[in-house]
Order: sequence, then C-alpha cells, then structure tokens
Amino acid sequence: MKLASFHQFETEKMEKRRRSTSSSSSSSSSKKHDGEDDAHSHHILHRPISPLLCVIVFAVLIRYLVSLHPYSGAADPPKYGDYEAQRHWMEITLNLPAKDWYRNTTSNDLTYWGLDYPPLTAYQSYVHAQFLKFFDPESVALVTSRGHESPLGKFLMRLTVLSSDLVIFFPAALWFVFAYYGGRSRVRREELLWHLSLVLLNPGLILIDHGHFQYNCISLGLTVAAVAAIFVEKDLVGSFLFCLALNHKQMSAYYAPAFFSHLLGKCFKHQNPILKVAKLGLVVLGTFLLIWWPYVYPLKGAMEVLRRLAPFERGIYEDYVANFWCTTSILIKWKRLYSMQLLKLLSFSMTLLSILPSIIQQIRSPSRQGFLFAMLNSSLSFYLFSFQVHEKSILLPLLPASLLALDEPLMFQWFMNYALFSMFPLLRRDQLLIPYVALYMLFALLYYCPFRKQDSSGNGSVNGWKASAMALFLLCSLLLHLIYLTLKPPEKYPFLFEAMIMLLCFSQFVFLAIYSNMKQSKLPSRFVWIDKKKVL
Amino acid sequence: MEPQIKQEEQEEERSNPQKLLWMFTLATIMKLLLIPSYHSTDFEVHRHWLALTSSLPLHQWYSDSTSQWTLDYPPLFAYFERLLALFAPFIDPQIAHLHNGLNYAAPTALLFQRLTVIASDLCLLYACSRLRTRPGLGLDSWRADLIWVLLVFSPGLLIVDHVHFQYNGFLIGWLLVSVSAVEEGRDLVGGRSGGGVVEGFGRLLKMGFVVGVVFGVAFGPFLYYGQIKAVLSRMFPFGRGLCHAYWAPNFWVFYIILDKVLAVLLTKLGFSIPASSASFTGGLVGESSSFAVLPKITPLVTFLLVLFAMSPCLIKIWREPRPRLITRWVAYAYTCGFLFGWHVHEKASLHFVIPLAIVATESLADARQYFLLSIGFTQRLRKLQTSTSSAKKGDKERSRKGTGGTKEEGGGTLIGWVGMSYLLGLLAVEIWGQFLQPYLLGDRFPFLPLMLISVYCAVAFDSQHGTKN
Repeated sequence: MKLASFHQFETEKMEKRRRSTSSSSSSSSSKKHDGEDDAHSHHILHRPISPLLCVIVFAVLIRYLVSLHPYSGAADPPKYGDYEAQRHWMEITLNLPAKDWYRNTTSNDLTYWGLDYPPLTAYQSYVHAQFLKFFDPESVALVTSRGHESPLGKFLMRLTVLSSDLVIFFPAALWFVFAYYGGRSRVRREELLWHLSLVLLNPGLILIDHGHFQYNCISLGLTVAAVAAIFVEKDLVGSFLFCLALNHKQMSAYYAPAFFSHLLGKCFKHQNPILKVAKLGLVVLGTFLLIWWPYVYPLKGAMEVLRRLAPFERGIYEDYVANFWCTTSILIKWKRLYSMQLLKLLSFSMTLLSILPSIIQQIRSPSRQGFLFAMLNSSLSFYLFSFQVHEKSILLPLLPASLLALDEPLMFQWFMNYALFSMFPLLRRDQLLIPYVALYMLFALLYYCPFRKQDSSGNGSVNGWKASAMALFLLCSLLLHLIYLTLKPPEKYPFLFEAMIMLLCFSQFVFLAIYSNMKQSKLPSRFVWIDKKKVL
Repeated sequence: MEPQIKQEEQEEERSNPQKLLWMFTLATIMKLLLIPSYHSTDFEVHRHWLALTSSLPLHQWYSDSTSQWTLDYPPLFAYFERLLALFAPFIDPQIAHLHNGLNYAAPTALLFQRLTVIASDLCLLYACSRLRTRPGLGLDSWRADLIWVLLVFSPGLLIVDHVHFQYNGFLIGWLLVSVSAVEEGRDLVGGRSGGGVVEGFGRLLKMGFVVGVVFGVAFGPFLYYGQIKAVLSRMFPFGRGLCHAYWAPNFWVFYIILDKVLAVLLTKLGFSIPASSASFTGGLVGESSSFAVLPKITPLVTFLLVLFAMSPCLIKIWREPRPRLITRWVAYAYTCGFLFGWHVHEKASLHFVIPLAIVATESLADARQYFLLSIGFTQRLRKLQTSTSSAKKGDKERSRKGTGGTKEEGGGTLIGWVGMSYLLGLLAVEIWGQFLQPYLLGDRFPFLPLMLISVYCAVAFDSQHGTKN
C-alpha cells in the first residue's frame, strides 16, 4: 500500500518534470533537432528508475571503499584488535561445541578475546566461520589461526560485515523510512530519500563496522526493524526483533527503557491491557528461551554466560570516554575513593534517574516521535552514566538521532559532529584518518545537499547567539583536531589532548541530552494518530 | 498547483555552480577512499618521473635510463611532473630521489602521489564548469547536470586514474577546455590548450601559429640542447610492436586472428608456414611481431589508415566547420586513431569515451552508444588488475555505480536488443575468464581470457564505429 503511494508520488513528480523540461528544451534548442530531443527527454524522464537504487548502491560502494583501509589492530601483535576478536570467535564457535563457547577450557583461553557477547553473536560467528572455512580454512583453524592475517582473510571478513549490513541494516532502514512516513502525506519524495541516505551513510556506523571492524549493523539493524514494526502496529514482531538485537549485543539494552515504556504505554491505551502485556511478555520469554536454549539446562551454564556478558571487574570507565564518570574523574578519583559495589549502585541509580522523565512521558502518551526521542534519551543517559562504557557506544544514541534527522536536522548534525570527534582518537589509532576525513566530508555534503529543496518552515535554522555559540564550539573541535594531529603532548601529561577532546564532547553531549529531553517533554501529550486509528 | 510547478522550474533552471562543486566533492571523497586500493606499475613510472625531472638537468630527461621506466610522454607532461616534484620533499624527500626512491611505495609516497592526481583533477572541474556556460547551445540545466554526472563520476576515469594510477582526468580536462573554447569560437585558446594534450590531438586543430608557439615552448629547450631526437624516439616507440601486451580492442585484433586462422588452415592444407611462436598471445612487449601469412604492418601503413578513416570527417569539417559539432568530431578522430593506430593501449579509449559522454546527452542514439561503450570499457579495464581480487570487486561495484548513474538519467532499456545481447555476451565472456577458464584449462593459455575480451570488445567497438559514420 505504502509502496504504491510512493510510486504514484514518484510518477506524478516525473510527469511534472517532463512537462517542464520538454517545454524548455523545445524553446531553446534549434529547430532541426527538435523531434529527436523531445523523444530523448521523454524517454529519459518517463522511466523513473529509482534514485532509491542509486542511494543504496552508493551506500554499498562507500562501505566497500572504507573496507579497503586497515582494521583495528592490524599487524599489531600480540593482542591485535577487534578484528582478531571477531575472527577468534569464529574459530571458537566453529571448532568447539556450543556448551564450551563461554567456558575456559584448554582450547578456549578466555583471557585471549574470550567470547563476551550474547549467544546470537556466537551463532552469527558460527555462520560466518562456515563461510570462511569454505574459502580459507586456515584462517579459522583451532589455536593455530591466532593472529591470522592475510589479504584473502581480510577480504572475506570484510565481506561478512558487508553482507550482514546488506541483509539486515539496509532492509531495516528502508522499512523504517516507509513505515515512518507512511502515515504522513506532506513529506516529499526528496526528503524521504535524503533521510534514507543520512541513515544509510551514517559515518560513525560505517567507520566502526567497515573500518574498525565490528558487527553493529546487525544489532542496530534489528533495532531499526523493531522500531519500524512497532510503527506499523506489529508490536509482537517488534518485540521479537528487539529481543534479537538484545541477544546480539547486550549494549542494545540502552534502548530497553524506551521500548518498555512505549509498548507499555500502548498497552494501556488498548481495550484489554492485561492480555496485550501478557502476549508481549510471552514473545519476549519465548525469544530468549529459543536463543539461550543450549545454556538453559543446567542453569549454571546460563550463569556462566551471564558473567561473561557483564565484566564489572574492568572498572567503571576505560580509556577516555566522554561520559560523566570519566570526565569527572579529573576532579574526583572515583576508582580510588569508592568501592566497586558503591559505584555500581551509584551509576545504576543515576542512569535510572536520568531516564525517568522520558519513560514517564512515553507511558503516559506513547507516540512515534516520542518513542524515537525516548530511545535517544535513554541511550544517551546510559552512555553518560552507566558502568563500563566504551567510546564506540556513542553509536547507540547516534542511531535514534539519525532516525529523527528529518524532524530535528540541526540536532542530528550537532550530535554527529561530536560523536565523530569523540571517536577520533580511536579511529586515528586504527589508522583510519583518511576514511574519517572522507566520511566527515561526505556527511557535510549530504547535510548541505543542493539538490534538496530546503523546507521553508525553517526547521534547520537557528538565530543569534545560539548559532554563534555552536560555531564557536565547532571551531574548538576543528582546532583540537589539528592540535591532536600535529602537536606532541607534554611529557608530564601524555593524554592531555585526549582529555581535552573528552571534555569538549562531554559538554556537548550534556547539552544535547538536556535539549532532547526538553523536546520530548514538550511533545503534545495526547497524540493524534492513536485516536485516528481508533476512529478508523 | 501551477505556481508551485513554476517555482520548481525556476529553481531547476537556476544555473548552479554549487551543484557541480557538490558532485565534484562527492567524487573526491570516493577518490580519497580509493587511496589504499591496488595500483599498477604506472605508480612507479610516475614516481620515477618525479625524481627524474627534479634531480636531473633538462637535457638529460629523455636520455637518462636509471630505471627501466624512461620518460616517454611529451615535454609538457614532463614540465608538469617537474612542478609536482616541487611539493614532494615536504611530505617525504625520498619520493623524488633518483636512486634511493626506486620502487619506493611507502604510505607517504602513496598518499602524496594519489593526492597529486586528486588535485590535478581540478582541471576537469574547471572544464565541467566551462561546459555549463557554453553560450548559444541551449543547454538546459537538466542536460548540463547529466553531463556533469557522466564526467565527474566517470567510472573509467575513476579506475584508470585513482586505482590504476594515471593523470587522465587532468589531460581530459585540458582537452575539454580546448573543445569548449573552439565551440565558443575562440580558436586560438583551443589550439593552445590542445597542444598540451598528450596523444596527437594537435593534428585536428590547424591553428598553425599558436600550435607552433606551444610546440616551440614544449620542445624548444630540447631542440636547444640537441636532444630532440632522443625525445622523439622515446615518444614514438615504433619498436614496441603493433599491439600492446594487453590487446586494445581495435582493428588489428581481427587482422591477427585472421592471420592465425589462415596459418592453421594453410598448414592443414599442406603448405609449410614458418611458425611464429605465439608472438602475439605471449604478451611480450618490445619485439616487432611478424605475421605468418598476411603482409607485415608497418607504422606508415597504420598512419595512412588512420588518416584514411578520418578523412570523411576531416573533409566534412573542412567544407562546413560547425563549432557545435566539434566534440563529436574530436571523439570520432580519437576513435579512428584508436582503431587503426600503432601500438595502442586500451586505456586510450578513455579519450573518446569521455567526449562521447557530452555528445550522449544530445540525442538518444548517442546515449545508447555511450552506454554500451562505457560498459564495455569498464569491463575491459578490469583485466588491468588481474593481481588482486579485492580490486576486481571494487571495479564491479564501480561499474555498477556507473550503470546506476547512467540509468538514473539515461533509462535502462533504451539500449535495445542488440545492446542487450552484447551485454549478455560480455557477461558470458567474463564468466569464462573468471571461473571456467581456471577449472577447464588450468594454467595453459594464460592470455586467452584477455584475448577473448579483446576480440569481443573489438567486435563491439568496431561496430560502434560503423554506426557512428
């Protein structure tokens, strides 16, 4: 249905175009060529071969080009990096029985990149391992393949990420765009395409997945699909998909409060709330049971896996993450002053407290936009306050921000600037400077696309001091980029520049969290579309 | 409804250099990302030229043989390399060092050289911006956008310049500037910038005086030092043989095939034919191969044939010069040179595929021709990179992108059934070369797939040539 209306829209547009072009060409070109010209332009314009396809092909191409660059820990023994971790998991899952995947055994040394993601990641590794085994068995041989690096191996591994992206993230993004704008008739086709290309060409996601090497596209793609499913009123499918995302990367739990509150709020609006909640609960339980099947009995196995998933012993923060704990540790030495237990409690309660307004808003008046804002707010709160956060986790709040790009273009752009910047030291370590610069430029280009007619409502413009403040911060970020690249830090403070980057990004993330929480609370309390559904 | 359409029209009509800049930056991003991709020996060739021109005095440029990659481009290109070499020491002094730099391919060298290619593409940008402003041609914005897309995202240029490593974007930009100048009627400018283009474009522009001056500037210093003979012998290496190692799909492919077939037939019939030891399929450069049956081809014959093939077009231009059609004629002249020339490299086909892109927007038939040629061309280029599988994959993506780009405005099915069968055939040849050949024949006949592709494309290119007349 939605696709059909989209097509109708497209043909209408083409028709307009055709009329305008044929009139202009006949007036301007010489008489002799007239007939030919008309036939030509008619032919060209009559077939609306979808620009959609162009966007998709281009997104694939950019991913492939980024994948030509080095991955994390390339040629860096003995521990290498995330690439080796993923490869090692393939090796483990391929050669050992499922029971032993999370267990320290003679052939599975958990201190060397032991599996610490939920079972769905393990299954995915198993499938990809089969693929690698077919073309390059050496790269996944038990124990002997440790630190295996070869051009073929790299190519195959990159291919697994690319294919996962194509199979999961791309369709999910398409589905989301059609689901989100399906109900709105005012949105123009260009806008829709623009939004899709922003979602598909998210520089952070591409750099981490296809440069640094991870499979965020799977868990994030499943999350986007879950959102789309909920938007088309398929709540059960949505919660199933979100459970899959949770079981691929436990970090997806950053969104859990938003899903929980939105679905609960929707249930309350239903005639029979209890039945609906029960159904959802059953789906969630069933999905978990299915995925955890090899570890359910005896329960000790499940506990083993769980312990691997929550590595509290690593401390409240690592490296230089632009979150609350790490930034304030400049003043307060959290790790030294307080016990682990207390810190756990503290971080848990602060996270919960900061999410609370957004949860309450969604329970009281669930809405599409509100849901996306809730996802943004809860994941940003997790990033800022929760225990053991990694720089790369900024991808999680970045995703809902990208889904809101058409509603809040300025916020998205603002966020993207600092999200990318917060990962800059990491990407520089990975020797991904060129793709970083290139994709940053690509983002700026897409954002200021001249082919897109600017909305006259002025959603994207700010005035006066706000604009100048933002420009000032951007200038700071540019300067810090240059300083980080060219200058050497003083001997006494070797991580001075990292700390400065962290401070700048943290301040911006806090502003952003406040801004988006305010936006969410200002959303109309009784949203129209639920009422409309009931009337229909 | 009506006012809205009108407004849209106006917005579209607005000649917008911003759009071109946007597209060009987008292409630049792709070029930046291509930096670590596969590069051919041309990378070392151009690096050596940087070192050569910067460390030796001018009169030794064309006589030095420190490396096997001697300078064999015309002087203006050598000056260009000299200019680039000025910047090399800022990045890494070893890049432009005559002896220490040999086969130097450190990341710094790679970065520097790739960046010079990317920067020199600004010339193409300038050419594109000039095309938009050609007066009196009634180029509506829709069509100009299309030309820009075809030029800026040309898959051929991307692969040859930014993967394989050459400076064609710069040269073609130069050529297009001169073409557009001629179209505007400013013949002298056209003649001057035409002189800068490497391969024999000057013959078309008979602006004796300006041409003379440009050639004087280019060759004068070498004449002064008495080096002109060395320059000429390097630039026109007749000793290298009729065909290049990787065959260009031109007329001579048929000639060689005919020769082989005749040789086999005649041997079967009992004539004694001196065995020519697979001289053409061996892929060797540097020996003048001989034919078994057919008469030997000399450079003079090829030159006359080129001239003969061009004559209809030259005579026509002579009789009624129409600036508007200059692009078409340039493309035509290039095609003639490509089909009948001596020792043509297949990369030379860029020089007529690109101008055709501009012509392609003028009528349906031309668009069809361009579409087929560029696909054939992109596919053919793949064989330049038989060494890395990843690069191949990239090419596929790129040619897909190229197709996507053309489709966007060109319409996919306008190619008709002949074209379709051509594409399918190409696919079949590709599959043979990539998958079946290794299984069925093993290591024998390593050059067979290349030859097949060449023959196949030669059929196609020649027939395109036929339809163009």
